[in-house]
Amino acid sequence: MSLDTVAYVAPVDLRPQEPAPVSTRGAYGWARAHLFGSIGQVLLTLFGIWVIYVVVPPLLKFFIFDAVWTGTGRDACLPETVGRPVGACWPFIAAKWNQIIYGFYPEAERWRVNTVYFFGAALLLPLMFPKVPYKRLNALAFFGIYPVAAFVLLTGGDLDLRNFVLGWFGLDLGLASAGGLRVGFWLQFLIVTGIAVGIGMLVCPFFGGERRSVAKTILKTFAVIGVVLLVVDIDLGLVPVETRQWGGLLVTLVIAVTGITVSLPFGILLALGRRSELPLVKYASIIFIEFWRGVPLITVLFFATYMLPLFLPGRFTIDGLLRALVGVALFASAYMAEVVRAGLQAIPKGQYEGAMALGLRSGLMMRLVVLPQALKLVIPGIVNNFIGLFKDTTLVLIVSIFDLLGILRAAFTDPSWATPTTLFTGFGFAGIVYFVFCYGMSRYSMALERRLDRNRRH
Amino acid sequence: MSRTLKRILLAAGMFAIGASAAGAATLDDVKARGALNCGVSQGLPGFSNPDDKGNWTGLDVDYCRAIAAAIFNDPTKVKFTPLSAKDRFTALQSGAVDVLSRNTTWTMSRDTTLGLNFSGVTYYDGQGFMVRKSLNLKSVNELNGASICVQSGTTNELNVGDYFRANNLKYELIAFATSDETVKAYDSGRCDALTSDQSQLYALRLKLTNVADHMVLPNVISKEPLGPAVRQGDDQWFDLTKWVYFAMLNAEELGINSKNIDQMAASNSPEIKRLLGSDGKFGESIGVSNDWVVRIVKHVGNYGEMFEKNVGTSSPLGIARGLNNLWNKGGVQYGMPVR
Repeated sequence: MSLDTVAYVAPVDLRPQEPAPVSTRGAYGWARAHLFGSIGQVLLTLFGIWVIYVVVPPLLKFFIFDAVWTGTGRDACLPETVGRPVGACWPFIAAKWNQIIYGFYPEAERWRVNTVYFFGAALLLPLMFPKVPYKRLNALAFFGIYPVAAFVLLTGGDLDLRNFVLGWFGLDLGLASAGGLRVGFWLQFLIVTGIAVGIGMLVCPFFGGERRSVAKTILKTFAVIGVVLLVVDIDLGLVPVETRQWGGLLVTLVIAVTGITVSLPFGILLALGRRSELPLVKYASIIFIEFWRGVPLITVLFFATYMLPLFLPGRFTIDGLLRALVGVALFASAYMAEVVRAGLQAIPKGQYEGAMALGLRSGLMMRLVVLPQALKLVIPGIVNNFIGLFKDTTLVLIVSIFDLLGILRAAFTDPSWATPTTLFTGFGFAGIVYFVFCYGMSRYSMALERRLDRNRRH
Repeated sequence: MSRTLKRILLAAGMFAIGASAAGAATLDDVKARGALNCGVSQGLPGFSNPDDKGNWTGLDVDYCRAIAAAIFNDPTKVKFTPLSAKDRFTALQSGAVDVLSRNTTWTMSRDTTLGLNFSGVTYYDGQGFMVRKSLNLKSVNELNGASICVQSGTTNELNVGDYFRANNLKYELIAFATSDETVKAYDSGRCDALTSDQSQLYALRLKLTNVADHMVLPNVISKEPLGPAVRQGDDQWFDLTKWVYFAMLNAEELGINSKNIDQMAASNSPEIKRLLGSDGKFGESIGVSNDWVVRIVKHVGNYGEMFEKNVGTSSPLGIARGLNNLWNKGGVQYGMPVR
């Protein structure tokens, strides 16, 4: 089509194109549109500038410009000796650094904590980025092998296991041991395995299962349990380190990571249980969720630490950190269950019906159709819980476990660092550490949301 | 899910870890275990606090180290359990700790109803007052009409009321929830005086902007004898903890310290010979070797050294000996004779 046949189109540009008006472009235009568009906006902008002026310079002054960066004791951070007003006392953090990271973990054994930190990061990071291959293997390593290895490394392993299940019924096969392992324990283990397989094979016809496959599954499960128990029971020559010597960031991370990884699967199960049509499952889930949501975490920790030992028979004591771990995990699971339930309720009935129409059994329906959609919907809520849990870990201080904040509080009592600003320095530092972790989680969850949300974008 | 399952099983395994139950013969338990379990505070400046290396230090800590030195000839064979004020007695009763060395005030009700015995008074404390030097005060009784900062809900608050009313002094109490708030309020001039236990005042003083402008008044208005406690019903262990304390006092009284211990061991004085074990079998009578005092003094020092190092003038706290001086030097610390 040539131009002269289309009479209403100008054959040439009549006027050269001009830039947009000054008032709508560049920094000026942006400021006009976003900062000074109306009287209300102007007032808000001025208020914002005032807030920044009031808050930021003093913070910078305290934490950076007036701060003391080097020194070996309280004298370095005293205004009298420095000769000027003193802000943050960073040498205090430097001096307590090892305690902040490791707690009272013996110095010679700290490589074990480092190893755990290193492999934790090395296994978690590739798991977080979708492009990295071998996801299945990676997940198995992180969720299966890593916890056991970390447990052995941190505690020293060699649990000296004595009774397996049968011990609770009063059977004790004695203390004979071979190669550092108690014979009695492993005999019991084999007996219990046999009993479990027997029961499984007897019971399975009533549920329509096939005997061979049921026996195989049970044997596999017991084999995994056996390997785990063997690893934690074997004496690798590591010096045992009691959990009361743990502390600082180590304890904070152990509690937070355990709470997070336990609460998600448990929470999903509880949420499904609460929506189940089987009355027993349903009411058990409701009671569990409402009980743990109804009591404060502090009460739970107190109860676990001081009341539980009174109920348990004589010698039967549980490690203090473990009690806190169990308390935190149960508590977090109950919260998580309600978040997941919210997601389940948001899935339209049509999705269930569609899945059923495809002939999926209820387990597969949940796994393949409902849960992926529901969990995606509630990512903000889930991460909200994770962040809350991470910060709630500080409550274990109440039961004499020195987490990051607890170890700092203990450090405040060191008279060789007592200065007017030690407290602010310590809390400021703790704030920065918590912020780094929580902000990291929040950013990752937002990236995850964007990635998973592609099909919903129009 | 399999991970959860594993964790539960690990949990079952961890039952094995934990405190051993209370036995009748604590000394035998300690020897068999190879370490003393010592309950300390969760952080109290000069008494029990972690140092830069993460080792517990302080007066209460050194007392436990002295017991370990007497038993094992090694002051590091102590496991410290930081205890809160609430669970300290439970920890001792349940056998989680062998000795509770946690700035605990010896009172009749505690001694008689909690199933424990106090082995001695390692530190005579009392409620005192901190004021600005510029006020030129000499005694608590000159604080008429003063405003006083105090931590709310403490016995300190009640003591002030009792004392000032009994002495017909006017006062105004300003209470705060935490000790840090109290110090900040005093530092900013909200009140004329700050009250707490004296040992605490010296620690709080270090947090003030100008330490040199403030002083702790010498007199106290309450008795707070702080000492270690053990479980009732084990007299051998009770004797041992008692005599470790007395031995440290006697060592100071006889001029034996960690520097001259080797010369002193060769001394001819009968008193020193008895104390250091070259004469008599006093160590055996409490279940340790006869050179137990040599071990204590060599590793930890005498009472005076322990005091000066942790809370005295060679520490940041700079507390004067006062009541804690030996009986023959104006204090009330009196070591029963080793004879």
